[in-house]
Amino acid sequence: MNETSTSITNRHKKKRPITYNRYGYLFLIPFFVIYIIFSLVPLLSTFVNSLYENYMSGLNQVGPTFVGLDNFKTLLTEGNLLKYAGNTIIIWLIGFIPQITISLLLASWFADMRLRLRAKGFFKTVIYMPNIIMASAFSMLFFTLFSDNGPINNILMSSGTIDEPFRFLSSIIGTRGLISLMHFLMWFGNTTILLMAGIMGIDPGLFEAGQVDGASPTQLFKHITMPLLKPIFIYVFITSMIGGIQMFDVPQILTNGSGNPNRTSMTLIMYLNRHLFSKNFGMAGALSVILFIISAVLSLLVYKVITRKDD
Amino acid sequence: MTSNNVPVLKIRRFIAYIMLILLTFICLFPFYILIINATRAHSAIQQGFSFLPGKSLPANWDKLISNDNLPVLRAMFNSFFIAMATALLATYFSALTAYAIHTYRFKLRKAAMSFILMIMMVPTQVSALGFIRQMNSMGLDDSFIPLIVPAIASPVVFFFMLQYMEGSLPIEIVEAARIDGSGEYNTFNSIVIPIIKPAISVQAIFAFVGSWNNYFIPNLLLESKNKKTIPILIAQLRGADFMKFDMGQVYILIAISIVPVIIVYLFFSKYIVQGVAIGSVKG
Repeated sequence: MNETSTSITNRHKKKRPITYNRYGYLFLIPFFVIYIIFSLVPLLSTFVNSLYENYMSGLNQVGPTFVGLDNFKTLLTEGNLLKYAGNTIIIWLIGFIPQITISLLLASWFADMRLRLRAKGFFKTVIYMPNIIMASAFSMLFFTLFSDNGPINNILMSSGTIDEPFRFLSSIIGTRGLISLMHFLMWFGNTTILLMAGIMGIDPGLFEAGQVDGASPTQLFKHITMPLLKPIFIYVFITSMIGGIQMFDVPQILTNGSGNPNRTSMTLIMYLNRHLFSKNFGMAGALSVILFIISAVLSLLVYKVITRKDD
Repeated sequence: MTSNNVPVLKIRRFIAYIMLILLTFICLFPFYILIINATRAHSAIQQGFSFLPGKSLPANWDKLISNDNLPVLRAMFNSFFIAMATALLATYFSALTAYAIHTYRFKLRKAAMSFILMIMMVPTQVSALGFIRQMNSMGLDDSFIPLIVPAIASPVVFFFMLQYMEGSLPIEIVEAARIDGSGEYNTFNSIVIPIIKPAISVQAIFAFVGSWNNYFIPNLLLESKNKKTIPILIAQLRGADFMKFDMGQVYILIAISIVPVIIVYLFFSKYIVQGVAIGSVKG
């Protein structure tokens, strides 16, 4: 109680009587109870599952038998884990590189007061729109649009661009390209808005000083915008990577879960989904643990960025 | 210097507009084709693309809802119900959690906040295995409860709420309410909630849309025909023998899953776009 009264007198400005503070714990109960039941316990039991051999062979249940790290060994040596990880990274990169480039360009245009662009609100509304759309329906839409006798092939053929329908989903670059294109469309608006908020947060005095010194827009961008935008840039980059690891709905629907052609568009979560459906709990567990470790490291980086002290 | 820069500025503005118009076209064109084709009959769609709508919208709709393999109306109701309940729980309880962290200075405050922020980015898929097995053993497989109740612990919504409260909920308001004799929980419900209404509306839309669009977990959990949600029907449609399908039906089902969300979005887009920016880190 002594400590209480001194802290009140010391921090006279804030005046927060300690007697109320038990409500803090009370109001946190729903969050933590639900989190423990529906997230934490399942996460831990996923870890446990990764150490057991446990799958269905036909109608027979095999296991559960404790096998230590054998599932991880099998996963890394026998399966196609590395191939699917590679697919995920490639598809993510084909979408992310144009995404970050175009978003940076748009954000700097939107934030540039001298450029005085009109209808900014309209453009922002349009470019953000694909983000709220059901990914599976969006993917189904692209599947129909880009099918062999779909509208895109119709348009390309009637305009004389091609003579025969281009079979997008039979070609590796066509399939991967479509998945990346969809992810690009879904996320470039979001990234633009985040980067723009970051640029708007930069002290305008810095740009004015730069202009007085005769700096070109490119120089201003390179020497003022980019360095000060770094935290947001890192945030966008890492959260997009975490999003990339989770890539599922779009390729799953587009390729009907097959990841074809020749499994070149099979992503990590599609692989997990397969193991979950075939009830191979050991392998699904091991894969989950690997994905958890990667995303936990990335999450920690995000945590560092969002809790960083303002200088 | 300025006289030199005017033509340069004009060229830059011109390039910016060209780029924006091109991107607008790419963003809107797929949905344009979607809406056009949803109004055309199967035979017309097969013959080729048209830029003008047809007259088969009611016919396509009738065929879709009378298709026994795709319980569309039921799925729409299920999706809507789950999304609505999720949005309510996610916003109310995230606001309560954020309020606890924002208002009170208790011992574990910092630890609790750090914990929530750290788990914020962990994908749900990595614990899906344990989640599905646990729901099965709790007798909650094929139930909506595992899709709704976990929304009470939504770290991302919590983070947005906390950011919003830091900017718009001074502690003096809570203190004034105390002097007036208001209990802490009552203060939260009758004073804090109205103040943070803008944040609640935006987050409710995000939570609703996130749940409406969710495919991975519901697909692993829901089995019976009348429990299925819209994304599961989409996947089912994709898995069916595509060549035998009436394309008018396919397009109208996609339209149903996308268009309502777009309409809501267009009404609130200003606030949604602002909401995206609020949740970001400070530059």
